[in-house]
Amino acid sequence: MAAATQDSAIRTGRVTRTLIYLVLILFALFYMLPLYVMMVNSVKPLSEITGGGMMSLPDVWTIEPWKKAWSTAQIGVEPTGLRPYFWNSISMVVPAVAISTVLGALNGYVLTKWRFRYDTILFGLMLFACFIPFQIVLIPMAAVLGFLGLAGSTAGLVLVHVVYGIGFSTLYFRNYYAVFPTELVRAAQIDGAGFFQIFWRILLPSSGPIAVVCIIWQFTNIWNDFLFGASFASGNGAPMTVALNNLVQSSTGVKEYNVHFAGAILAALPTLLVYIVAGRYFVRGLMAGSVKG
Amino acid sequence: MSDRTQADFQTRLQNWLPKLVLSPSLAMIFVFVYGFILFTVYISFTDSRILPFVGNGGKPAYDLIGFSNYDKLFSLSHWEISITNMAIFAGLYIGICSLVGLMLAIFLDQKIRGEGLLRPLYLYPMALSFIVTGTAWKWFLDPAIGLENIVQTWGWTSFTFDWIKNRDFAIYTVVLAAVWQSSGFVMAMFLAGLRGIDNEILKAAQMDGASNWNLYRRIIIPQLRPAFLSAFVILAHLAIKTFDLVIAMTGGGPGRATELPATFMYSYTFSRNQMGIGASSAVIMLMTIAAIMIPYLYAELKEKK
Repeated sequence: MAAATQDSAIRTGRVTRTLIYLVLILFALFYMLPLYVMMVNSVKPLSEITGGGMMSLPDVWTIEPWKKAWSTAQIGVEPTGLRPYFWNSISMVVPAVAISTVLGALNGYVLTKWRFRYDTILFGLMLFACFIPFQIVLIPMAAVLGFLGLAGSTAGLVLVHVVYGIGFSTLYFRNYYAVFPTELVRAAQIDGAGFFQIFWRILLPSSGPIAVVCIIWQFTNIWNDFLFGASFASGNGAPMTVALNNLVQSSTGVKEYNVHFAGAILAALPTLLVYIVAGRYFVRGLMAGSVKG
Repeated sequence: MSDRTQADFQTRLQNWLPKLVLSPSLAMIFVFVYGFILFTVYISFTDSRILPFVGNGGKPAYDLIGFSNYDKLFSLSHWEISITNMAIFAGLYIGICSLVGLMLAIFLDQKIRGEGLLRPLYLYPMALSFIVTGTAWKWFLDPAIGLENIVQTWGWTSFTFDWIKNRDFAIYTVVLAAVWQSSGFVMAMFLAGLRGIDNEILKAAQMDGASNWNLYRRIIIPQLRPAFLSAFVILAHLAIKTFDLVIAMTGGGPGRATELPATFMYSYTFSRNQMGIGASSAVIMLMTIAAIMIPYLYAELKEKK
């Protein structure tokens, strides 16, 4: 941000500054706390956790909880570990993100460069769809998925996530293309370029950043979804979040906290990695999601 | 086909192409969002107990019963608890997130060394699933192994912290976890607002002898109004949609102490097969969100035109 280099009008004394640093660091520790708890307890034997050592580093380091969470833990009735559900999530996320991003790009292009009557109202309707409580569509969606034979399937979840994802992806591309010079599009039109040629040759080459923002946003949202997964795919087709919840909530046997924590990190890993690699774009998506473009 | 008609056809196609490209998305939105909303509204006026289209040869297996579901809904203590919890949860969540977010943003705006390191630390919870963070908080707050047990083994043996298991306090643990998740995001919104403020005004005010406190109180914070509004709208809509976090942390319990409208709707629809009641609660949720979002979106879109 440009303002970071400009000298601030606010001056603070030494004591105030120390206090500010103190507060900022305390909050950093607060934000790190659950991640620390998950990490440190996922590599220690269960007895160390139940013995009151949740905050301490492991006496004995072990990766057994990770192995168990991944491949042998009891999820529902079967001792499959989280592995199959991890792949469920992958095979749901990849097509859903791809389709919703492509549709969003095309929609944004049409809504900014090929404007027509009522286009803003239509966009408003698409945008409002991002914010509805999804409870309002659960019953008809369950019925329609059943009717189409897609209940409990990954394909069904892909459909659901595309439908409820295009609002945001359209928002991103629309706001991005809105400031793209329309003169370039008009000039290309006069030169005889068609609808798709203009999109392909002129808009798309400069869409890299917003595509990254959109893909990261959709990926994070769809991977983290629980409501749709729990409502429409609770059995073998369940996504990772639902499987993790089943693992943690299962009431049979000893509660293996270390396995739960390892499972939680496994479920968090993909979005966490994306955040570490491209957090800047994720934050941009968040901010654009609060509608101010 | 002559050249002329072909050219004519091509221009016509080019004119229609944009709308053609937009139409699949619009069709999906109209069917799966607005059509489904109407359908849910319709279900809420019926005595439906099973999913429509399933069984009964595709014919509706229910009758229209007017507003009875809504009458029943508002007489259920389960719903009343959900609404009360929502009021407590939303009030505290929005209030605390805004305060913490504003404070962190103001502090980070003091040319802090390591800002680039702290900001991502404050924001990463937004990238995690509520099921993941809910699991972490659930066990961290669990008196048997978590905070209570930890402090006790550190030597303070009379220390108790059983809020998550306590009917009167469990909802506040959900507030804690939700604030943890979203306050960094609010910080980012306020920080963007702060960075957009013109320094010249501040310098002028300072030359007139304004203290830092007054600078913030009278000039800076009032200029953050749009950020406050955005934060409020986003947080309010997130609060109403809160579902996963409760499922992961408490499952709505102990008893019904942490039930929220979203968990109410889910259990009435899918566990108790009371579709009509479930649908009517979903309609109430939608109307609440619409009352907040529609004016906001309307103002945003109008402004941009």
